[in-house]
Amino acid sequence: MAQARTPMFRSIAAHAVLITYTVIALFPVFVIVINSFKSRRAIFAEPLALPTRETFDLIGYTTVLKQGDFFQYFLNSMTVTLGSLFFVLLFGAMAAFALSEYRFRGNTLMGLYLALGIMIPIRLGTVAILQLMVASGLVNTLTALVLVYTAQGLPLAVFILSEFMRQVSDDLKNAGRIDGLSEYRIFFTLVLPLVRPAMATVGVFTMIPIWNDLWFPLILAPAEEVKTITLGSQVFIGQFVTNWNAVLAALSLAIVPVLVLYLVFSRQLIRGITAGAVK
Amino acid sequence: MIRRRPVRWHIAVFLAPAVAVYTAIMIIPLFATLNLSLYNVAGDNRVFVGLANFATLFGDARWSASFWNALGNNAWFFLVHMLVQNPIGVLLAALLSSPRLRMAAFYRTAIFIPTILSFVIVGFVWKLILSPIWGIAPGMLDFVGLKGLFAPWLGKEAYALTTLALVSVWQFVGIPMMLIYAALLSIPDEVLEAAEMDGITGASQFWKIRLPLILPSIGIISILTFVGNFNAFDLIYVAQGALAGPNYATDILGTFLYRTFFGFQLQLGDPHMGATIATAMFGIILVGVCIYLFGIQTRLRRYQF
Repeated sequence: MAQARTPMFRSIAAHAVLITYTVIALFPVFVIVINSFKSRRAIFAEPLALPTRETFDLIGYTTVLKQGDFFQYFLNSMTVTLGSLFFVLLFGAMAAFALSEYRFRGNTLMGLYLALGIMIPIRLGTVAILQLMVASGLVNTLTALVLVYTAQGLPLAVFILSEFMRQVSDDLKNAGRIDGLSEYRIFFTLVLPLVRPAMATVGVFTMIPIWNDLWFPLILAPAEEVKTITLGSQVFIGQFVTNWNAVLAALSLAIVPVLVLYLVFSRQLIRGITAGAVK
Repeated sequence: MIRRRPVRWHIAVFLAPAVAVYTAIMIIPLFATLNLSLYNVAGDNRVFVGLANFATLFGDARWSASFWNALGNNAWFFLVHMLVQNPIGVLLAALLSSPRLRMAAFYRTAIFIPTILSFVIVGFVWKLILSPIWGIAPGMLDFVGLKGLFAPWLGKEAYALTTLALVSVWQFVGIPMMLIYAALLSIPDEVLEAAEMDGITGASQFWKIRLPLILPSIGIISILTFVGNFNAFDLIYVAQGALAGPNYATDILGTFLYRTFFGFQLQLGDPHMGATIATAMFGIILVGVCIYLFGIQTRLRRYQF
């Protein structure tokens, strides 16, 4: 009897802790979203109440969509994030394949060189990066951001992906070689599809900081037409600080895309991390 | 007969794009920035001044007060993360990894969600919640009869930094949780079964078996936290602005670098002093990483299964 009760009690305690923390984690998001659907008076009168028929109001969303260049910002963020993600995954996988597949002089050294960037943040080079972008005329372009984020994402991508590529069976690759496939074909048609879960892991870890970054958009691309959504909503909050409906609606809209991207990738995320930990 | 091995061009082709972008945008600017810290502007010319900028940064009262303040704040910011974020992360991961737990995927996703939010959202929503005007926090404390405890935490010099550090903990606890969770899942069942055979179960199993096995992961999380914290900027900037108020109480190296490099209000931006601060940050991070690599990483026992 006592033995049956203890695991039960333990499981309830575990759920209690986890539920408490889940509430803490989600509460602020919940506050933003419910209030974005309420009228201005209701936001102040009862900030924690759900919108009812009397207090439901879409004025915030209409303001944002009419007034702000929100759509443009969103598009800019999307371009920068997906562009950087594409280059990080492609270049990272190529380099990881070279490092994990071939033995050549300087292999280890090259691996260490690329791994440096995991520990040393690219931000510390900002002063010179800005000078470089000014000199090459790339200031206030999305290209500048894509370049910076590609460089930023590569070290971790190479590091994680080469761990995974070592696990791809040699027999498979050698069979391909006997069939006369070129090294490029082996990489693109045999190895890449096999490391998809790892690509998803790298994708999530690369994408989130890029989408949310404020530092480089602030310094490299502050112009109106190239603003990212993070910088755009920051400015928006500053300008419309009295228009609470609009600010809350803007914030709710800014949550949606990254949440969708995360949910798309996340199924593979845990599998990727776990597989990486198991040697 | 000596057959010359053919040049394996494909290796170069595979490596070239990554190495080129990484070198051009990251490594060269990094060293250019370090180099820039050795120069200053005199009149219209750039002159080599050696370590004079560092002497100014550490010694000149106008600079050093801000620098040491930012460094001290940064150290506190890091300490809060180590003492709050990482233990909570380990606890949550330990709970999540218990095999019979239902809804584990839901909890995992929910707790990770703050991590994917941008600082703009995080900074703003916590300002709202903690604001004495809008008053969700005072209202809730009132509800449980503790209204006396409420203070404008973000506005008081004594509390602002700790409050922001805790907000940052709230946002990033998902990362240690995920990494520890993965490490816990990768412990082979045989090890745990052997422990159960020996009668080691429950909490003591965690302390005696699992914790030693995840120590390497905890080490990695600590160094990631260190690098992340000493490079932080966005949350402070979003919540308190470039001046890191109240009265520089929340100023950390990142905001100090931004102000110096970019300028604010009446002060003009100064790339050379900016580069000097960046170099100092580089040094601090490098020292931390080296201590980790040589002092901790090599001493951790690796377990082979």
